[in-house]
Amino acid sequence: MSFTYQAGTPFAGDGLKDVTTTIKDGSYTAIIGHTGSGKSTLLQHLNALLKPTAGTVTIGDRVITNETNNKNLKPIRREVGMVFQFAENQLFEQTVAKDIAFGPTNFGVPAEEAEKQAAAMVALVGLPPEVLEQSPFDLSGGQMRRVAIAGVLAMKPSVLVLDEPTAGLDPAGRAEMMTMFNRLHQEQGLTIVLVTHQMDDVADYADHVLVMDQGRLVKEGTPREIFQDADWLADHQLGLPKTAAMARRLTAQGFRFDPLPLTTAQLADQLLPQIGGPAHD
Amino acid sequence: MTKLLLGRYLPGDSWVHKLDPRTKLMASFYYIGIIFLANNWQTYLLMFMATMVMVAASKIKLGFFLRGVRPMIWLILFTVMLQVFFTKGGATYWSWGWLAITQYGLTNGAFIFMRFVLIIFVSTLLTLTTQPLSLADAVESLLKPLRVLHVPVTELALVLQIALRFVPTLMDQTTKIMNAQRARGVDFGSGNLFQQMKAVVPLLIPLFVDSFGIAEDLATAMDARGYQGGDGRTKYRVLQYHRKDIVAGMIMAGLTIALIFLKA
Repeated sequence: MSFTYQAGTPFAGDGLKDVTTTIKDGSYTAIIGHTGSGKSTLLQHLNALLKPTAGTVTIGDRVITNETNNKNLKPIRREVGMVFQFAENQLFEQTVAKDIAFGPTNFGVPAEEAEKQAAAMVALVGLPPEVLEQSPFDLSGGQMRRVAIAGVLAMKPSVLVLDEPTAGLDPAGRAEMMTMFNRLHQEQGLTIVLVTHQMDDVADYADHVLVMDQGRLVKEGTPREIFQDADWLADHQLGLPKTAAMARRLTAQGFRFDPLPLTTAQLADQLLPQIGGPAHD
Repeated sequence: MTKLLLGRYLPGDSWVHKLDPRTKLMASFYYIGIIFLANNWQTYLLMFMATMVMVAASKIKLGFFLRGVRPMIWLILFTVMLQVFFTKGGATYWSWGWLAITQYGLTNGAFIFMRFVLIIFVSTLLTLTTQPLSLADAVESLLKPLRVLHVPVTELALVLQIALRFVPTLMDQTTKIMNAQRARGVDFGSGNLFQQMKAVVPLLIPLFVDSFGIAEDLATAMDARGYQGGDGRTKYRVLQYHRKDIVAGMIMAGLTIALIFLKA
């Protein structure tokens, strides 16, 4: 699949070049790559906000090509919930409850039912019930982000696409939010596609990683496969998760790790026997 | 959004691109003025040729100019129709009640059509070959004499520059918010008029909020860097007339003389 911005004008620029991949149902896929590598462009193809200039995108049993009519895309948009970068910019209603209910009502859920759901969504994203009747513009930036995410979750999508959902949040809020997404993935079997610059999040949660560079898909595999080659990552202006970076430095000091530890627990497990401590359980 | 041609600058290094923005601005206005001198086939042909030479000198494909005409086409056709049906004189080709198509009507219609197209071509040429910020500089420089009358020229120019600077930013933001709301099930540009108007609310409110945010940030940033405005400020881009600009002026003068000579 390829995508060209402003095709047919002197401004034409390649967004994506010959990207071929499959995102499995129920997987947790991370897309990494430095700024301008085509991650966000790729994301917008996942719910037909952009249509490929060449090639096809298959979402469930719908095939999207250049010729696909703009009508009747709603079912796809409901299936694939999309949380954009700085999602708080999309808030507009008078109360938080109404804003959260906006998505579901657009997809035909009766207004009362949608506002009832909103209460559950607010709890899900970790906000107190009082905010429901407040104006979204009276909330803090972090709270607004949560409201926006609640608004997407309220549509009950089966795929959740997240474009740097934690950018600009404090560390505690970031951890909380990532845990919440992971819980949705584990408990409700939500397919998650996450674009991020946080390699730690990739290591902690993802089971599949796509690496983008200059509009091309340059590598694909499990986090372990991707983070194995630190030099290759550095060439593509990407880093390692903190644990892998630490393991690498310890390796230089004579420690041995196999396989490469990606989470703190894995690192501790492999490290303890080597420094003569008790086995970690 | 990308179809909007107004204020669309096409980078290039043609003769027209390199002209001083003040020259281009003044010449465009002047040209639009002298088009009204044209009143017969010879003069319109002359103006048409002159416009084509300018278009060729800009090395921009003709298609871009035609695209500039497209949004105006109904207005143009409406005006042309008025001319065709309501001008009397010469041979009558068709008539029905008080409507009539006459020889003069047809020629007048054709002239009006030419006039519209040429004016759009020339103004498109100006915006395609001049960066919006250069245009704002040109306006500031040309308005300078008005300072004698206590017109706040630098402030006006600043307002113009900021407005132009944030057009692309706001367009980007519009696209982003539209996408976010489309992802939440909004159909822009479908349904009846009332539904379409309702669909604009989730777009406009975030845009307003965002614009105020941008304005505040910009004001803080300008304060932080000690911006005071006023007339003593020097310019990073200094405008200077070159020989090209004199040539352009002479071409305009030549055109005027030829027009006066040829017109009926």
